Amino acid sequence: MKRLMKWVLPVAAVVLLGAGWYVGLAVAPPDREMGDVQRIMYVHVPLQWMAMMAMFINFVAAVAYLLSSGGNVGTVSAKPRSSSPLVSLLALVVNLMAWVAHILKSGWGLLMPGSKEDEARAKQDESGWKLDSVAEASAEIGLVLGTAGMITGSIWGRPTWGVYWSWDPRLTSEAIMLVTYMGYLVLRRFVEDPDKRATWSSAVAILGAINLPIVWFSVRWWRSLHQVQSSPRTVDPAMVLPLRISAFGMLALLLVFLGYRYRQAMAERRAEMALPDALPGDVPSSLPQNSSKVA
Amino acid sequence: MSTPPRPRPVGLITATVALLRKDLLIEWRTRARLNAIIFFALATLLMFSFALGPDTKLLEKNAGGYYWLAILFASVLSLGESFRVESENACLDGVRLAPADARAIFLSKAVGNTLLLTALGALIFPVMVALYGVHIATSAADLGLILLLGCLALSAPGTVYAAISSNARARDVLLPLLLFPLVIPALLSATKATTLVLQGDPMNQLGSWLGLLSGFNLIYWGVGFVLFPRIIED
Repeated sequence: MKRLMKWVLPVAAVVLLGAGWYVGLAVAPPDREMGDVQRIMYVHVPLQWMAMMAMFINFVAAVAYLLSSGGNVGTVSAKPRSSSPLVSLLALVVNLMAWVAHILKSGWGLLMPGSKEDEARAKQDESGWKLDSVAEASAEIGLVLGTAGMITGSIWGRPTWGVYWSWDPRLTSEAIMLVTYMGYLVLRRFVEDPDKRATWSSAVAILGAINLPIVWFSVRWWRSLHQVQSSPRTVDPAMVLPLRISAFGMLALLLVFLGYRYRQAMAERRAEMALPDALPGDVPSSLPQNSSKVA
Repeated sequence: MSTPPRPRPVGLITATVALLRKDLLIEWRTRARLNAIIFFALATLLMFSFALGPDTKLLEKNAGGYYWLAILFASVLSLGESFRVESENACLDGVRLAPADARAIFLSKAVGNTLLLTALGALIFPVMVALYGVHIATSAADLGLILLLGCLALSAPGTVYAAISSNARARDVLLPLLLFPLVIPALLSATKATTLVLQGDPMNQLGSWLGLLSGFNLIYWGVGFVLFPRIIED
């Protein structure tokens, strides 16, 4: 596992990205209308895909955290209130998700890099911290990749559309997505209590993720009342190969980043849990003086 | 012999109504919050006209957007205040310890904020008519419906986020940072619908915007209702 994290994935990322970008720059034909400008696609599109994937991982981790930290799996159905079919359907869905969360929770340990000592310590930690750390890592990396994707998109947009930015539904939705996850990360910084931080940020991640399809829908509707700036992307077979190679390279890079950021996050959680409730400075130092006064 | 009536657990509706009455009573006794948000919203409306210069055509055209921005900015104050009241003397702990459904807190806060914001919207509308020179082209009932749905849409996610940010550091920064990106669809559809009411709706688009707003409400009232107990648990 350690070797996978330290050697296999990083080397795979470098080799695949190098190969994909070489083929994309040197071998694949230039676009008929856009010319060489189009070649930024081999960077831009994998970045965007992986940003989406990171955000999706964040959403799954947030849902899993909320479901798993509330007690045992299946607590939701343990207190039936009404027996309407809608409620039982909802309970079924929630239980299914809790089950997936449970599998994810135990399965992640296999993927996790770290020494035996690390693993032994990790087992003592509440497994919720793992999910919380995955959520933190994926949100941060998704934000970085998404921002990079947006910058490369703007660089492409300037010569192609004539502007760096247009209020097209895809761009607008992505901007809102980035702002949403910025808020998520800011919230994480502003809450000291690790338990509350994990719960609250999961709630924020879920609310934010639910919002993204609504944003996409409403913005498209909003624009369609004026004019739609469509960018049909019909990809030539000669361009598919480099795109695919660089996408897998970016996936390897994403996994490397996730793995390392996840380890950092877990180390932070451990450090936080190891702190005593009251630091020496918090203990009222006037206590002995007072007592002597009373005496 | 009759057995003494067993104490029944307080139902969700009863608890919600009790909490809502408590909040409204506090509000009625001080009237601080409503006064503050009314003057804040009025100042915002006034500022938009200064920011744009004396171009009345432009003001009239964008009136719907300014109206909703004023309500949105005021909603941040209102939502933050609705939880600040509870942090005095650890009132929230008391409410939480009561043997009642925690989701009643969500419902009462969200409904209370909706009522306050709807009142605010109704009060500043005449001012907007005077300042921006707009008039209602379709019907006042449409406007009322938009106002109610829009305030509902701001209040549900706003209550969840206000509960979170009231306990965090830098709460005044956090609430708008979390809330603004989230309510963009609601703001978009409420603004569009208001503009249609003010400028006429020749292509009959009002219904679809109201539908979007209702959908947004359904989703966020539902999700907020489910998530809220987890947020305020200790």
